Amino acid sequence: MDASLKIVIVDDSPLRTAILEDGLCESGYVNVVRIENTRDLLARIYSIDPDVILIALENPSRDVLEQMFQVSRAVKRPIAMFVDQTDAASIQASVDAGVSAYIVDGLKKERIKSILDLCISRFNAFSRLQTELEQTRSALAERKVIDRAKGILMTVKNLSEDAAYALLRRTAMNENRKIAEVAQSVITAAELFK
Amino acid sequence: MSERRARLRIGFIPLCDAAALIVAADKGFAAAEGLDLDLVREVSWANVRDKLNIGLFDAAHLIAPMAIASSLGLGHVKVPIIAPFGLGVNGNAITVSPALYAAIAAVADGNIVDPRVSARALARVVAHRRARNEEPLTFGMTFPFSTHNYHLRFWMAAGGVDPDEDVRLVVLPPPYMVESLAGGHVDGFCVGAPWNSVAVDLGIGFILHFVCEILARAVEKVLAVRDRWARENPDLLARLVRAHDRAAAFVEDHTNLDEVAEILAAPNRVGVTPEVTRRTLAGHMKVAPDGTTRFDDRYLLVGRNGTSRPDSTQAAWLYAQIVRWGQAPLSAELLDAAKAVFRADLFDAALGAQGAKFAGEPCDGIGAFAGPPFDPNDVKAHLAAWEIKRSFPKSRS
Repeated sequence: MDASLKIVIVDDSPLRTAILEDGLCESGYVNVVRIENTRDLLARIYSIDPDVILIALENPSRDVLEQMFQVSRAVKRPIAMFVDQTDAASIQASVDAGVSAYIVDGLKKERIKSILDLCISRFNAFSRLQTELEQTRSALAERKVIDRAKGILMTVKNLSEDAAYALLRRTAMNENRKIAEVAQSVITAAELFK
Repeated sequence: MSERRARLRIGFIPLCDAAALIVAADKGFAAAEGLDLDLVREVSWANVRDKLNIGLFDAAHLIAPMAIASSLGLGHVKVPIIAPFGLGVNGNAITVSPALYAAIAAVADGNIVDPRVSARALARVVAHRRARNEEPLTFGMTFPFSTHNYHLRFWMAAGGVDPDEDVRLVVLPPPYMVESLAGGHVDGFCVGAPWNSVAVDLGIGFILHFVCEILARAVEKVLAVRDRWARENPDLLARLVRAHDRAAAFVEDHTNLDEVAEILAAPNRVGVTPEVTRRTLAGHMKVAPDGTTRFDDRYLLVGRNGTSRPDSTQAAWLYAQIVRWGQAPLSAELLDAAKAVFRADLFDAALGAQGAKFAGEPCDGIGAFAGPPFDPNDVKAHLAAWEIKRSFPKSRS
């Protein structure tokens, strides 16, 4: 652990950045700078002069960072991508998680291994969160559709709420479709008959 | 077909020169070879390279110099990559802001469609700006090891502009080029289709040059695979090459122009209007916001005139640029290694030997607008022809 390391996070997802920054802070890395807007990215990185740069793979500005490998008068210290050629699993894990790390050339890999591991686990935690959020959102949307369809059936066919739902479910089973799909058809049909 | 069906994951960047790959996947040419292609749209060349290197992709649409850089271990880990098929020759353009266009036109000593005239004029613009203590001009390109970088450098250096000393060259992701030009963050850029057309359509850029005006035959994108993957899967590779060859022929048949433009335009492919992709494929480019067009049938070649057969002369030319700009030392071993990336033998193995000569192609295989003919066995002579160049820093390994 090396609390003095200066870390830059380049990511335009504020939530994911916050999750990662939190994790780094908990582990004692207090020198963390976030860059969300990638305008003048290189100039900003040069002025921060970080030891480690973490960037989301979905960020097109990765190619901009690659320019740092080139000799340039602007670079104070050469930067290299963190690639441990002996450790294919860690590269795989970082690409799977969707993040990549660049470090100042010459930094020992032990000094940043824990940062990278933490980064990978936080990125993975974020995508789990995102998947759960998506699922919750679509479940909520489906419920709204089913409720509307139930209401239509109750009015048009003079059914109780339970009977309306049972009808939707039976139809879905018979037609081998999802209840929400059948419900959507009911709504569409009702709109056509308006 | 007796061969086993196989599924391949292939990375690409949304650009018109992925046409052969996209058409191979979406028009059934790959399926006819028993291949199911999962095309994965990527946002950066670094992602494409890394995912190819670690085996997440079986193959990729890659800028040709990146395949060489990766095989030579320049700028990144050394992973031998080979190119058994050329996806495109030419196809880039240099676009400048209206202000820079006007400045170049104002000091030109002839027609600026001629790159000799425009490059000399650029040198004058640079000198004027320096005399007035103005900021140096900034040009966008796509990657340190990119054709765009070398095309820009080749053009401006021929006019006496030092690309490292007199102007600033910055890497910009292609989708950011247009807004950077609009916002005044760059004065010009070199990029592939459709981004030059997008800038012209928005009225914020003039296409100054097609790259085919600078180099008649400049390899652009290749189908890239890991050397090891190629060795382990010779049959899959041959099928992949055949599918690409048929797709390229389909793209080049102008009776299919509208259909190909539509296929490329799809949101999960290049994602622009078919009208824009059509312009690139046809070589009928709108070059100025007032609607002026310029035609060149060499604008983008997708297999025509033998352009899909990997050519070691092209690999040598790219290596020569890598050396000229100080990204690698000059050595016979590195030259041989660069040439060995372009695998005409694998192309021939899949498609049968194709020794045909094509009329109208440059004698040296490159056709540069400036300098002596290129000799792929004498990179030293190529470098000796230029005053503006860098030496490889000895302190770096």
